[in-house]
Amino acid sequence: MTASKTDIANAQAQAHEWPLWEVFVRPKAGLDHKHCGSLHAADSKMALQLARDVYTRRQEGVSVWIVRSDQIVASDPADKAMLFDPMEDKVYRHPTFYELPPEVGHM
Amino acid sequence: MTTTFAPLPTTASASTSVASTTTESIAFKPTPVQSYLMRIGDTCLIHAQRLAEWSGHAPILEEDIALTNLALDLVGQARALLTHVGQQMGFGEDQLAFLRDERDFANFTIAELPGRRAGQDFANAIVRNFLLAAWMNVVWTKLEASSDAEIAAIAGKAVKESRYHVAHAADWVVRLGDGTDESAKRMRQAVDRLWPYTAELFETDAVDTAAAEAGLGPLRVSLKPEWDAIVAPVFAEAGLAIPAAGAFRSTGSRGVHSEHMGYLLAEMQTLQRSFPGGRW
Repeated sequence: MTASKTDIANAQAQAHEWPLWEVFVRPKAGLDHKHCGSLHAADSKMALQLARDVYTRRQEGVSVWIVRSDQIVASDPADKAMLFDPMEDKVYRHPTFYELPPEVGHM
Repeated sequence: MTTTFAPLPTTASASTSVASTTTESIAFKPTPVQSYLMRIGDTCLIHAQRLAEWSGHAPILEEDIALTNLALDLVGQARALLTHVGQQMGFGEDQLAFLRDERDFANFTIAELPGRRAGQDFANAIVRNFLLAAWMNVVWTKLEASSDAEIAAIAGKAVKESRYHVAHAADWVVRLGDGTDESAKRMRQAVDRLWPYTAELFETDAVDTAAAEAGLGPLRVSLKPEWDAIVAPVFAEAGLAIPAAGAFRSTGSRGVHSEHMGYLLAEMQTLQRSFPGGRW
């Protein structure tokens, strides 16, 4: 293989940084995973191991999810008013006007 | 901080000689069965001391935390064993860790070999981690069936930690061994450097036979097949050759240590020996 020096330099520059991963930890069974931070790792196996070492060392949880940051699709902050302000005055959408039977427990 | 310092002599009462304020070593005379446990405990303690040299210096932040976690796990295992043996001898865990002479330490020599501070690289740390973690994993698994109920309980907890240590180290052995030309070269050098010290992990002597007869723990030699079964596939996947067996035998487990042990202990013990019972 005889790649040119510029080719090699470009590839190395591109490969210089490991991808960023977002980390989610579930505190205990039944609860949801909460976002707790991010880290750089070469691949998903390493990301999982690093997340365990960094984000669960104080017994923060029992399950770890990692997602590549560039896989996360987020709403545009500029659209905040359009997307979320209309909910302010629609209290009829909230399930607060009936009582749960005690047998149901926590919902 | 509640550490108290001895008052410095004033000019009025200055003496011509300074009396030694370092604490004397304890007289440590273990039975063979106690020596068996101290070999494991001391190996954990001394290996942790070497691993701690990476704190603040690991190649990436997350590995800095991982290696420190590993060292703390090993300190925990050492504490459990040293406390257990100490209770039988009338010593506390701190006395055993900080007030024993070099010849009374029974760790395998591989644990005390130079680490980061002496210029050894991450590959060296990873290979040592892997070889020792595999040994610990096999021995802790077998100690779960120990005739000593407290040792069995300690083993039950430690085996989970050591399972992770093996997985963590194995992952890096494969990444670095089957990595770039540079990482593969450093891994080969680390294996060549450390492998001769693994023979000691599988020898047999009077301490082993005493422990096996008491049902306390397995003969070291009986650990070899399972250790090979952990090490060989990982080395194969990493593209690392298993070195040929040699004649060299290290002797740390008999209290005869390498030239590195004295310096390690001097640093590890100086604070407790200078300020006995110091707390903060």
